[in-house]
Amino acid sequence: MLTMVQSIADAQRVALELDENVLLLGEDIGKNGGVFRATEGLWEQFGSDRVIDTPLSEAGIVGSSLGLAMGGFKPIVEIQFLSFITPAFEQIVSHVARMRLRSQGVFSNSMVIRAPYGGGIGAPELHSDSTEAYFVHTPGLRVVVPSSPYTAKGLLLGAIECPDPVLFLEPLRLYRSRKEEVPSSYFTCPIDKAKRWREGEDVTLIGWGAMIPILIDASQMLIEQDISAEVIDLQSLSPIDEDTIFDSARKTGRVVIVHEAPRTCGVGAEIAARLSEEVIDSLEAPIKRVAGYDVPYPLFALEHAYLPNVNKVVRAVMELVYFQ
Amino acid sequence: MITTKIPPSLSTNQMRKLYHQMWLIRYFDEKVDEFFARGAIHGTTHLCVGQEATATGACYVLENEDKITSTHRGHGHCIAKGADVNRMMAELFAKETGYCKGKGGSMHIADVDQGNLGANGIVGGGIPIAVGAALTSKMKNLGYVVLCFFGDGAANEGSFHEALNLASIWKLPVVFFCENNQYGMSGPVKEMVNIENIGDRASAYGIPGKVIEGNDLFSVIEATEKAVARARKGNGPTLIEAKTYRWKGHSKSDAKKYRTKEEEQYWRKEKDPIQLLANRIISDNLLAKEELEALQLQAREQIDSAVEFAEKSPAPSLTSLELDVYA
Repeated sequence: MLTMVQSIADAQRVALELDENVLLLGEDIGKNGGVFRATEGLWEQFGSDRVIDTPLSEAGIVGSSLGLAMGGFKPIVEIQFLSFITPAFEQIVSHVARMRLRSQGVFSNSMVIRAPYGGGIGAPELHSDSTEAYFVHTPGLRVVVPSSPYTAKGLLLGAIECPDPVLFLEPLRLYRSRKEEVPSSYFTCPIDKAKRWREGEDVTLIGWGAMIPILIDASQMLIEQDISAEVIDLQSLSPIDEDTIFDSARKTGRVVIVHEAPRTCGVGAEIAARLSEEVIDSLEAPIKRVAGYDVPYPLFALEHAYLPNVNKVVRAVMELVYFQ
Repeated sequence: MITTKIPPSLSTNQMRKLYHQMWLIRYFDEKVDEFFARGAIHGTTHLCVGQEATATGACYVLENEDKITSTHRGHGHCIAKGADVNRMMAELFAKETGYCKGKGGSMHIADVDQGNLGANGIVGGGIPIAVGAALTSKMKNLGYVVLCFFGDGAANEGSFHEALNLASIWKLPVVFFCENNQYGMSGPVKEMVNIENIGDRASAYGIPGKVIEGNDLFSVIEATEKAVARARKGNGPTLIEAKTYRWKGHSKSDAKKYRTKEEEQYWRKEKDPIQLLANRIISDNLLAKEELEALQLQAREQIDSAVEFAEKSPAPSLTSLELDVYA
């Protein structure tokens, strides 16, 4: 039985064992085992040539990892919190995401950038932000978010195997929220597919990461009202698995998209746009978003007001079910 | 024992004030530590216990209209620049009476009235802001100086290089004050920087660099006075590196695997900045022991009442969530 953070450490251990080109770089990932212990024990096992403690130099770490990837290594970079990534933004959007195209496919840019993200742990802005949309907007980059210990390991190993650069976002709130059986061997989950956690007929709930337990709880509450909700975990925010969400929307005719990032230009907006382009004829009500507010993430006293929760999701579903 | 000459500018009355202030900083952070453990403060926080002399000494030199930028470990800077400990504590408790109306917390306190342009949750984030504030002073001929606090870890961020270069070519009234507390989280400065002193980097920008004993209040004052005077005269920036040590972990989740108990004990027993100052005050017969104890007690009581103020203050209202994002 592993927590998500343990399964992430385990995935990296397996990758380091299997492929000598895999390297870990990051701040405090070595002796300290990572700020959230996502690399616990790896420095002891693989040494400081493969698990590399770096200075506080995000642009330098990400940029030099691209140089390593171009030379055939498979770097896995840890950024301590997603909001600490911004000094490396230039390296990511201008270089990491474009190197394959720029070299006409000559250079591989196979690398993974891992970053804990999201709220729900009482930490302030810059330690709780959900800025995934910046990166989803960047062609050439994949963005993957797990929602369980099992999928975290499978998706991370899938990301490491992938020849493209992958931003792997780890929901802080789920790091230790529950344990489950995770095979100790190598296995992957497809990193470009959504996952259906619940089948339903009346409404489709789409979310990812820390929203998934909320959507499952909401679907449970809705059963008591005779509403059958389908829960779809996007997993891959870029590219978006259109087939799965279109099929579900056609079946249920109602869609609620839930994310904790601010509403404006969140990934929910992109999903809503695609649904309206392709399946609007099948919809029986407007597409609804339950999202964070367009404000910097608040401190703990107002965190509950900011974040999506079961009640907000149920209320949104009711609006759609009773839409006329 | 501190052997540095007592700065001539320092009167006995000011000595009282500084001694009291160092205790105020220490008790503030010890209370924060306590209430974090009790669950009244959430998320994370970074304590400056053991580093009181840098904030106190550097800010002592500044005039009220001078400005500072601070760091994620900024409670000491904030207090030394004149912040109200009640409003600070309220902010950490996420209360409406706090400096950010309970919406920012430990790493985002700014106190514009006292010239504090803000703590900063991003390592190295404040360094270019200090340069902009100094450029404002120069262009508008406002006469104020900016003192920019940052740590040894920040000195390896790109913002450090860009900011120091700009300040030096524009000859800005800014003092770059590096508090080298030996570790950037778990990263020992010895492994992360390939030179003995971060202060030596000053030569790369063509500005003076000074390396000092950061737990010696008088040495901090002496170096800062010189740098501030140079800045005020229009001669440009200085880089000061003050060697110090944080007694507590980096943040609230730190097993401190990267250093030894012996090292911690050395800094606590031999180099406690408050104890060093007290010893010197007593040996030079500047103040009586009883008076020092009274000042210490007074600081403790102030912090106790700050906690009371924070506990009694209301939480921010739900409607405040969307306030202050746009004009």
